[in-house]
Amino acid sequence: MEQTRYEYDVLVVGAGGAGLRAAIEASAAGASCGVICKSLLGKAHTVMAEGGMAAAIGNVDERDDWKVHLTDTLRGGQYLSNPRMAEIHAREAPARALELEAWGALFDRTKDGRILQRNFGGHRYPRLAHVGDRTGLEMIRTLQDHGIHRGIDFHMEYTVFRLLLDDGRVAGALAYDRERGRFRVYRAKSVVLATGGIGRAFKITSNSWEYTGDGHALAYDAGADLIDMEFVQFHPTGMVWPPSVRGILVTEGVRGEGGILLNSDGERFMFDDIPPLYKDQTADSAEEGWRYVVGDRDARRPPELLTRDHVARCIVDQIKAGKGSPHGGVYLDIAWIKEKIGNSEEHIRKKLPSMYHQFKELAGLDITKERMEVGPTTHYVMGGVRVDAESQMSSVPGLFAAGECAAGLHGANRLGGNSLSDLLVFGKRAGEYAAAFAGEQGDVRLDEASVDAAVREALAPLEREGGEGPYQIQYALQDLMQEKVGIVRIESELEEAIEEIGRLSDRARTASAPGNREYNPGWHAALDLHPLLVVSEAVARAGLMRRESRGAQFRDDYPRKDERFGKVIIRVARGVDGEMVVEEIPVEPMSDELTKLVEEMG
Amino acid sequence: MAATRFRIWRQDGAEGEGGYRDYTTDVTEGMVVLDAVHQIQAESANDLAVRWNCKAGKCGSCSAEVNGNPRLMCMTRMSDLPTDRPVTVEPMRAFPVIRDLVCDVSWNYEVKKKIEPFKPRSPDAEDGTWRIAQEDVERVQEFRKCIECFLCQDVCHVLRDHHLHEEFVGPRFFVYNAALEMHPLDTRDRLASLKRDEGIGYCNITKCCTKVCPEHITITDNAIIPLKERVVSEFYDPLKKLFRVFSA
Repeated sequence: MEQTRYEYDVLVVGAGGAGLRAAIEASAAGASCGVICKSLLGKAHTVMAEGGMAAAIGNVDERDDWKVHLTDTLRGGQYLSNPRMAEIHAREAPARALELEAWGALFDRTKDGRILQRNFGGHRYPRLAHVGDRTGLEMIRTLQDHGIHRGIDFHMEYTVFRLLLDDGRVAGALAYDRERGRFRVYRAKSVVLATGGIGRAFKITSNSWEYTGDGHALAYDAGADLIDMEFVQFHPTGMVWPPSVRGILVTEGVRGEGGILLNSDGERFMFDDIPPLYKDQTADSAEEGWRYVVGDRDARRPPELLTRDHVARCIVDQIKAGKGSPHGGVYLDIAWIKEKIGNSEEHIRKKLPSMYHQFKELAGLDITKERMEVGPTTHYVMGGVRVDAESQMSSVPGLFAAGECAAGLHGANRLGGNSLSDLLVFGKRAGEYAAAFAGEQGDVRLDEASVDAAVREALAPLEREGGEGPYQIQYALQDLMQEKVGIVRIESELEEAIEEIGRLSDRARTASAPGNREYNPGWHAALDLHPLLVVSEAVARAGLMRRESRGAQFRDDYPRKDERFGKVIIRVARGVDGEMVVEEIPVEPMSDELTKLVEEMG
Repeated sequence: MAATRFRIWRQDGAEGEGGYRDYTTDVTEGMVVLDAVHQIQAESANDLAVRWNCKAGKCGSCSAEVNGNPRLMCMTRMSDLPTDRPVTVEPMRAFPVIRDLVCDVSWNYEVKKKIEPFKPRSPDAEDGTWRIAQEDVERVQEFRKCIECFLCQDVCHVLRDHHLHEEFVGPRFFVYNAALEMHPLDTRDRLASLKRDEGIGYCNITKCCTKVCPEHITITDNAIIPLKERVVSEFYDPLKKLFRVFSA
């Protein structure tokens, strides 16, 4: 079977923030570079990021610096982060934000014309560079418009089906064209995975259809390690009504601008449960919380701005206690600030334009006047490909990963705003080191037999007749993950989930997708099943092994943190017989210098 | 609401003969057109091609013509459409169809490449940063909101009816030019290419593009007309013309 062939020094899979930044860097280093994207260029999930990009520039509060950002990130991640990655991230994020401005991004400004920074959960000082609530669009468009002039080839609406190897080293990828169903073979000296997350494994998610864990599964199949897979972030505030928009994100920026959470009795319940780790940093009263929102430097954060894992659980508790809103959420109220400021309606529309728009158009609700109904939604996976902190290279030579599909920075829970900065900081590094690797290493050879085998495997669902449709299997998996591997987990259900995932994997192997190869969504859905099943199994198995509650993982049978598990991370890899192997490995040690710093910063 | 009728454009490949096919599906509270199309895809047309992504009006992928109006399917609520006749869904007509509701928008990406990219002035401060007033940021925010759904391109008669794709870049790229020209840091001048290569003169300000923009960008009044004025004062100002004659 003939396929079109392409050759690059560096092949980037994914064209969100991390992929584009990697490609720009690789190309700047003189490497030939191709980018494969599942959607059209500029449509990747980064476009949906709302709140902003965390970078300790210190424009709004000069007490902020990279050390505070680092300790905030480590605390937020419950000390499971790779400390060196957290350090690199905190040190380099400001330069990445400023560089974006040099490429044409426009952030909101302070009174003296510098980049304005906003409050966000878990960040001690106002730290998020932003533009209204559409920071992700600004970022992706800036990278896109900069990137198209750098000699990078973009392959739009292609999906990578398999990574190709040459004696253990990555050698390229096989991809199929979503528009016409043709195959392309890419030979590359290094490959950067920047495919984003796994949200589509769950029923209620803020993630788009693209988020099927492709990079996670490609790396896993190629022999790379995954870590932290038990940590899936459920964002506390997704839309809950009407049903067709359930899960769509409501930015944390609403709370950053003063939005409060209320139960059906009108109680501001977040004051009732403040974790010890954050006691000193959290406001005592509604009055102090509001002072923080309007920039009083002596005031502490309102409890709505506690970390996402905690806020999501408090919301679930309210709903379980029968204090939820009519459609199974709680209330998020920003309209109340009219008690505090005169032009509140205009202020809200200006600060949160796309939220205003989103509720107005999809729910027929005016957020400047009415309360929103919100509930948790699957948003982000902290887990991913285990990479070297400096270079972002995985345990497979030449295979790099950056952004959401890589792991290490966020530990057990990611702070809002730390994703956009992650994309840029580690996207750049991945591009840089991938180009260097390509320059230093010799050529790679493609094994034609394995290319042909992969093509046959990819075509199988089209040719198989009478099998089950892929959608039914996907829906069954999403229901299962939502119900048994969701916000609250318990051993028996995790075990049932693992067994059921095994059965679904058997069904997926015999699924069939009738129709032809041109833009056939059933066929694409059939091919997405494998990555979805791999990541789902990894999440369930890692969640089962971590017998404690920490960060995003809450175990009903082990509701407290266990010191022993604070010293380990869970590694998932493919065993010699193709079975999934899960084991505890020690957390990355912290240098003496960092240990001292963390102690000093408190 | 209950069973609702749809007429959806089906076409097998760019060369294939296209036509409407009728479907019926149950519409429930809060559904948007994209939900209905997905439901039809799952129930009775597994191979119905539709391009979409974020389903929240942020990525601009699911552009189509709903009852003849260029719309994002994810932001068009079923409850806003009349129920006494079938809901017609067809691809954008200004671009070639790849399959069913999916069309080939690659021309737009080629056009963008030809526009002079952003080039900032030297930094204002020693640390390499710039000082920009919030009001200058806000002036171009409107243009930077564009999600590249290309609905404005779809509705523009210069492209849709006259097919002047070689000589005219369309409203989307006038908005892009405006974002660059009015960017507080940009130093480049795109007026000559706007006149010569991008055909801004072809726009006769019918404002169709403004009407369909899902981001409510006032394309004609705020982007195209100011650019036209700049082009006019650059190239048709009699004093400037004299100056050019003598300095040539």
